[in-house]
Amino acid sequence: MLEAALTPLLLTLKIAAWATFLAAVAGVAAGWLLARFDFAGRDIVDAMLLLPMVMPPTVLGYYLLVVLGRRSALGHWLETNLGLELVFSWKGAVIAAAVVAFPLVFKAARAAFEAVDRNLESAGRTLGYNELTLFTRVTFPLAWRGIAAGAMLAFARAMGEFGATLMVAGNIPGRTQTMSIAIYEAVYAGDDALANYLVVIASLVCVVLLVMASAIVKRGHLRLQRP
Amino acid sequence: MRFDVDIGKRVMAQGRTFDLAVKFCIETDRLALFGPSGAGKSLTLSALAGLVRPDRGRIAVDERVWLDRARGVDVPTRARRVGYVFQDYALFPHRTVEQNVAAAHSHWWPAALTREERHEIDALLESFALREVRRSYPEQLSGGQRQRTALARALAARPQLLLLDEPFAALDAVLRLRLRADLMDVQRRFAIPMVLITHDPDDLVECAESVVTLKDGRVTQNALGIPSNAGFASRAAG
Repeated sequence: MLEAALTPLLLTLKIAAWATFLAAVAGVAAGWLLARFDFAGRDIVDAMLLLPMVMPPTVLGYYLLVVLGRRSALGHWLETNLGLELVFSWKGAVIAAAVVAFPLVFKAARAAFEAVDRNLESAGRTLGYNELTLFTRVTFPLAWRGIAAGAMLAFARAMGEFGATLMVAGNIPGRTQTMSIAIYEAVYAGDDALANYLVVIASLVCVVLLVMASAIVKRGHLRLQRP
Repeated sequence: MRFDVDIGKRVMAQGRTFDLAVKFCIETDRLALFGPSGAGKSLTLSALAGLVRPDRGRIAVDERVWLDRARGVDVPTRARRVGYVFQDYALFPHRTVEQNVAAAHSHWWPAALTREERHEIDALLESFALREVRRSYPEQLSGGQRQRTALARALAARPQLLLLDEPFAALDAVLRLRLRADLMDVQRRFAIPMVLITHDPDDLVECAESVVTLKDGRVTQNALGIPSNAGFASRAAG
């Protein structure tokens, strides 16, 4: 029983961690660009980047299959040049989860960057900071709590990913079978004991993540209100 | 210091258009930009610092050309070496007083200061009476301490010019008197030219040597308006 639960749990954590990392890097970059630069079509770009949040995961999974599958140009290129086989592999599950989780980091990062007082950035410039120093010394340290909270939610979302992951990576026990899919299969196969076990573990991990996310946000709040 | 400024900028905000067209040429070490709020004083000061880019025109300070739109010259803020004291002080809330003052020297993390820089920061903290609060965060400071921290931070960068945006506006009357005297003391001790924004005629008397009066984005008086009892000779050139 333990092993039946441990394998999908570890796989899920590995996939969610990688997906959160990818989503965080892309989300911080996109959030910063959209918070700082007002260009034509910004609202359209914003809406496009938020799409994965509202689109059915199976639809997303289908798009990913079309774009990254072996028969697509990109999928073919990735496989022959980088040796990256995404379909029916855990790496494909990472891509699927990252795409689904991306809007959560992006939204949080954009809001966090927009909340940073522009005067503080101006002050940095008058102190001789270049744009990179400004970001690492001023902008990011002031925005990281918001970004971290968004990344926590993204991690939780990536852990629970089902639809897109199933479409892209399939359901191969030990290789691409994540918690969510294992739960589905356990219920479907009538293995209630395993299902209960998996459900309790998944719930606990989610509760811990939520508590951590709110603790991060609250700590920042207290810091600003210190007498 | 000789200021040769001729800039224009159109700003649109909340459906309103504001046209700035400021031109003055003055040689002075204590210049005040004077006028009612909404006259374009802050915008002019920001353009001096390079924080906003005028649509047209030229800014030269002494022999250095900071901006010449016609020739495509726009020296970035970090290379203009100006100290800027913002109206709300813009202290870094995530840094202590000491770290704020050392901000100009610590461009990377961890902040590795040389012994020389260390001494310089200590001397600044000492001379601005900030030693006691060096480990405090800006939100724990009084208004006067915040202003002194902002001044010390700006001076630590060894600027060639000090720009002050309404330095006394956020303070009560008693504190204002003291800080005016402090600022004059700083200006003499560091021998640094300064430009300050104010809408308070008393500030002109106490702090300014020359005045550029702005109204609706335009200069209405150039180097005039200093009462004779100010005791400062007005040295206008142009």
